[in-house]
Amino acid sequence: MARTLLDKVWEAHTVRTLPSGQTQLLIGLHLIHEVTTPQAFQMLRDGKLKVRMPERTFGTLDHIIPTADQTRPYADPMAEEMAVHMYRNTKDFGLPLFDMSTGRQGIVHVIGPELGLTQPGMTIACGDSHTSTHGAVGAIAFGIGTTQVRDVLATQCLAMAKPKLRQVRVEGALAKGVYAKDVILAIIGKLGVKGGVGYAYEYAGRVIEHMTMEERLTVCNMSIEGGARCGYVNPDATTIEYLRGRPYAPAGAAFDKAAAWWKSMATEPGVAFDDVARLDGGAIEPVVTWGINPGMSVGVSQKIPSPDAQPEPERPTFREALAHMGFEAGQPIKGARIDVAFVGSCTNGRLSDLRAAAEVAKKGKVAKHVRALIVPGSQQVAKAAEAEGLHEIFQAAGFQWRKAGCSMCLGMNDDKLQGREMSASSSNRNFIGRQGSPTGRTLLMSPAMVAAAAITGAVADVREILR
Amino acid sequence: MSPTDFARRQVTGRGLPLPGNDIDTDRIIPARFLKEVTFEGMGEHAFEDARKQNPEHPFNSPAYKGASVLVVGQNFGCGSSREHAPQALMRWGIRAIVGGSFGEIFFGNCVMLGIPCLVASQADLEWLQKAIGRAPQQPVTVDVEKQEVRFADRVIKATVPDGPRNQLVGGTWDSTAVLLEAGAAIEATAGKLPYVRGF
Repeated sequence: MARTLLDKVWEAHTVRTLPSGQTQLLIGLHLIHEVTTPQAFQMLRDGKLKVRMPERTFGTLDHIIPTADQTRPYADPMAEEMAVHMYRNTKDFGLPLFDMSTGRQGIVHVIGPELGLTQPGMTIACGDSHTSTHGAVGAIAFGIGTTQVRDVLATQCLAMAKPKLRQVRVEGALAKGVYAKDVILAIIGKLGVKGGVGYAYEYAGRVIEHMTMEERLTVCNMSIEGGARCGYVNPDATTIEYLRGRPYAPAGAAFDKAAAWWKSMATEPGVAFDDVARLDGGAIEPVVTWGINPGMSVGVSQKIPSPDAQPEPERPTFREALAHMGFEAGQPIKGARIDVAFVGSCTNGRLSDLRAAAEVAKKGKVAKHVRALIVPGSQQVAKAAEAEGLHEIFQAAGFQWRKAGCSMCLGMNDDKLQGREMSASSSNRNFIGRQGSPTGRTLLMSPAMVAAAAITGAVADVREILR
Repeated sequence: MSPTDFARRQVTGRGLPLPGNDIDTDRIIPARFLKEVTFEGMGEHAFEDARKQNPEHPFNSPAYKGASVLVVGQNFGCGSSREHAPQALMRWGIRAIVGGSFGEIFFGNCVMLGIPCLVASQADLEWLQKAIGRAPQQPVTVDVEKQEVRFADRVIKATVPDGPRNQLVGGTWDSTAVLLEAGAAIEATAGKLPYVRGF
């Protein structure tokens, strides 16, 4: 019987069936960061436990670090304390830490693929919901909580139930000015923020097959926003060429053997999925969220929908969203005034994202009333961008060029919205309070659309600027 | 402790209705409260911003003080994997949650803390939220083993998948010990993987 990548990875990593009926699943790569691990390490100490496979565990600093002045000790004493704990924990338990001195520091979901740590056929876990990102290379990657981080540290395993599998097919071709971010926002808009509960998503179809690895990373990153436990793309020639030469990827003859195994893990033809969803890529226009979850979105030429047009149980959330955002049903999203523009995050903080934003930044200057930040996803992304002169393009246009970190995606450092500021953001969540101000407002969109909004001072259609 | 100390066959306590769908973990606990190296202080920050912005928020209501059974809508706990969210609810006093559906990472985190999350129908949830609102002092029983919720003289169906139910009822939800029991089978499984063994 034809098997899926999920089937093959699950079987290869099954240690045993637990008395509860769940699978004891081996985790091939464990990525850790400073915010969701201190309690897990303390639990290890309390239980006198060691890290089971330190050679399969890698740490970075991303959530709390400042992106302007990174001199230690950090200005925020709580951030400093978290960093101190991360250094101490990785040292005490003998784990590598990609800190600033390594030149490899960055957002955990940017550096994993970038370093070639993330590989096809692996199981991956990290105490961060956007771990689904790593599925882009053909891994099964789960976001987990801190007590589960303890489990992976202590046992290299998780107790998991195998999810059902939905294939999400995006056919056709994308128009100019339409990006991977628009594709995943369109998928979530169609299937809903809870449509994926109980499922893993396999992304396929012509649009996905033609995407670069960085574009696939953006799509898989937001699987969790669609409710899916994880999302992946089958490994293909794009995957193999992406991994070639990366520091932690196999080298020489081993690379060819690895590539053969990676390809063998892909879903076979003729598989029966639990569900299949289809989208026409050619019908997708630049997408902007108008509400308080990533499913509340419209095409940039469209109007904000009315709560009355929704099924009854959804109406209160729609009304709450309109009230929070200060929008009215029927209002066009285009032209909505913004105060802040943010390009960055594990969704859209990679080199191709910065290039797309820079192409738009060349066409104008940041509007006077807008504060605009470019935050590279990693030190290596920053270095590559600077080598191309992207930082100069951004600075000349009035954008701030920052150092790598999670930054204003979740406002755990000093990059925060103030009051009711409206943000055009390339990040992944428009939840109330997400960007650091309890009353702050977020419009999610692609990096090019963020740059377009920054220079226009309001939501704009990037297709008109690029024309 | 023996497994019986951990068994979560049923939870009985006063109810706390929290209407609304898609309540994310950022709402339950905003990120600025995650800058802590322990979970101890999380309880006081549960829904802090929502409570400040809305005096009518159910978590502000004296009627629900001391409640331990939270009754929510659809997709509760979506978003961030932060365990700080269920930790905050647990330290607020919540011992069981009944809802229409749950964010999967949140659900898993709750199991790890021994907090059962049960799924009931939209109609039953609306009834239960209203019924609790009319009689907040009356106890709700969440029966994990029988997969039902009892309030006053009514019994509603509320399900939890087999795996987590077995863990909760059997008291094996604190999983490190269970996973460690696999012993050398862990390394044996790893040793068969080409990327561990070497290509």
